[in-house]
Amino acid sequence: MKLVLETKNINKHFYKPKDFHVLKDVTFGVEEGEFASIMGKSGSGKSTLLYILSTMDTDYTGELYLNNTLITGKHHQELSVIRNKNIGFVFQFHYLLSEFSVIENVMLPAKKLAEKSHSEIKHDAHEKLKMLHIEHLAEQRASRISGGEKQRVAIARALINNPTILMGDEPTGNLDSHNSENVFDIFKRLKEEVGLSLLVVTHDEDFAKRTDRIIEMEDGHILS
Amino acid sequence: MINWKVILSIAKTHLLTKMKSTVTAALGVTFGIGAYITLVSFMTGLNGLLDGLVLNRTPHIHLYNEIEPSKKQPIALFDDFENAFNVVHSIRPKQSQKKIHNALPILNYLKNDEAVKGAVPQVQAQIFYISGSIELGGNLIGIDVMEEVRLSNFQDYIVEGTPEALKNNDNGILLGAGLAKKMSLEPGDRVQISTIAGDIFPLTIMGIYQSGLAEVDNIQSYVNLKTTQRILGEAENYITDINIKLWNMDKAVPMAREMEQQFDIKATDIKEANAQFETGSSIRNMITYAVSITLLIVAGFGIYNILNMLIYEKMKDIAILKATGFSGRDVQFIFLSQAMLIGIVGGILGLLIGFGLSVLIDNAPFETEALPTIKTFPVNYNALYYVIGIIFALISTFIAGYLPANKAKKIDPVRIIRGT
Ligand SMILES: Nc1ncnc2c1ncn2[C@@H]1O[C@H](COP(=O)(O)OP(=O)(O)O)[C@@H](O)[C@H]1O
Ligand SMILES: [Mg+2]
Repeated sequence: MKLVLETKNINKHFYKPKDFHVLKDVTFGVEEGEFASIMGKSGSGKSTLLYILSTMDTDYTGELYLNNTLITGKHHQELSVIRNKNIGFVFQFHYLLSEFSVIENVMLPAKKLAEKSHSEIKHDAHEKLKMLHIEHLAEQRASRISGGEKQRVAIARALINNPTILMGDEPTGNLDSHNSENVFDIFKRLKEEVGLSLLVVTHDEDFAKRTDRIIEMEDGHILS
Repeated sequence: MINWKVILSIAKTHLLTKMKSTVTAALGVTFGIGAYITLVSFMTGLNGLLDGLVLNRTPHIHLYNEIEPSKKQPIALFDDFENAFNVVHSIRPKQSQKKIHNALPILNYLKNDEAVKGAVPQVQAQIFYISGSIELGGNLIGIDVMEEVRLSNFQDYIVEGTPEALKNNDNGILLGAGLAKKMSLEPGDRVQISTIAGDIFPLTIMGIYQSGLAEVDNIQSYVNLKTTQRILGEAENYITDINIKLWNMDKAVPMAREMEQQFDIKATDIKEANAQFETGSSIRNMITYAVSITLLIVAGFGIYNILNMLIYEKMKDIAILKATGFSGRDVQFIFLSQAMLIGIVGGILGLLIGFGLSVLIDNAPFETEALPTIKTFPVNYNALYYVIGIIFALISTFIAGYLPANKAKKIDPVRIIRGT
């Protein structure tokens, strides 16, 4: 199987307040169409790893590949294009632009990419919202909707440019069980219907068990 | 690649949702630019007026014969004393010769010179004005009326009567306003002129001349060139002064020096005559720019503060934009374009307000004895100042926006998302 995401010997230190080796020789990969989850104690370095994988953090040693292309060492400007086009990211705290409407939030990354016309982008955004059963919220202000709805809007936004991989840092961590279930179902469906690759950090044992693979982290190491 | 449409739409949304601070910031720019336009239009209008008051009436080059002792005393002509050390005491000028030698050929020559817009002859005469028992000293200037009108805005200072009426009457006089008042004379009345030699001529008052400078209006009157020549008993080639207007005033200095050489005559140029004049203009300009720049700096600080606050509030948004693929430069441009939009809107509003105030000033009545033809305050509507104004607005908002925008560019999204 083809690897969409691969790391080789990633090491990272925090030098403040004192030298702290947070990631130690992290080497692993995510296959195309795979739904993988990362578990581990709080402080084991899961978020730190995800920020590196999402290309937002460039302060590390080792190599990161996306679709078999070396990403490590590329310029910030290029990285933002890669992030825009290939990586969808969902955070624990939904992080929408509160002054924009739901549909505008979803459209923004596509507008930045500027590969499609405005009407095509709008159409795509409506499709994503429909898929996540929140099309009726399209014209609402992002600040006016509930937490579960916000997280679904964030997922729609992450999907708008049809990324290679969707990453999530505890995307259900802030949701009740009903909404968590909902989000899991969405991820599962994306994997099955669209063949999307997913890498999701979670604390939820039930959630993790139902994914294709659990990656265990402890003290900056990958155990399995 | 920069996608301006998205950047501007985000900038616009930020500005519209923060309407109150946007308006405050824009008004700061509006006041700065409005004040600049108003001040500069008024001040340069005033400069133009004062320039007109003195400079328009001053010829670019004035040719006349200076009464001075001969540089070459008769003894120098004697070969016998050629190698001697001669001392001559109590040198005096020889009998006065005010007349310009060869005036008519010089005039002809000047009129054919391409750099010369016009050259007018004048005959100045010392006389006494007599009306009833009053006798006032003064001078009479014989002029070529229509040429003066063409070259020196002469008609602007005729408060009663017309230049044509004077031109058509060889016994007419255009009396100084101060003289007319002192002697209680009006157009149509007669005034007698006595020369230094004692000859008396009656002249009809064709009009009143008011220059605005009391020391001129109290002694000076105008008649036709021929009239003065007749009063003085001189021929047609008797001309005491030649006033020259050039196409380009800057050439006055070298050309004056050249004419002194060429015609063996005294030539003063406009720069010599009005050396102190430029100082007033430049001080008014300095005040204008000092006030405007101060206001713009204040406005700039306002914009700087508001953007800084906005960026602080929008930390999370900035992190989101960066996480979803906007580059640092995109984010920088989002905030910089907000500053520039404030600058453009505030600046244009400032131009409009400046224009409105200028029109108001322009129509405010301003009447003064000294300036007979001026009825309202002078205002200079020069499009250049509006261009400078908007450029001012853009530069100051750019500087004010640059630092906060640069800060936004450098924000590390990971730190914000982590929440530390
Ligand atoms: N900016 C930082 N400076 C210093 N230490 C940090 C910083 N960010 C995170 N850490 C530390 O690195 C470790 C890993 O953090 P993180 O990746 O957030 O863990 P996880 O997401 O697995 O809970 C933690 O011990 C945390 O305190
Ligand atoms: Mg974490």
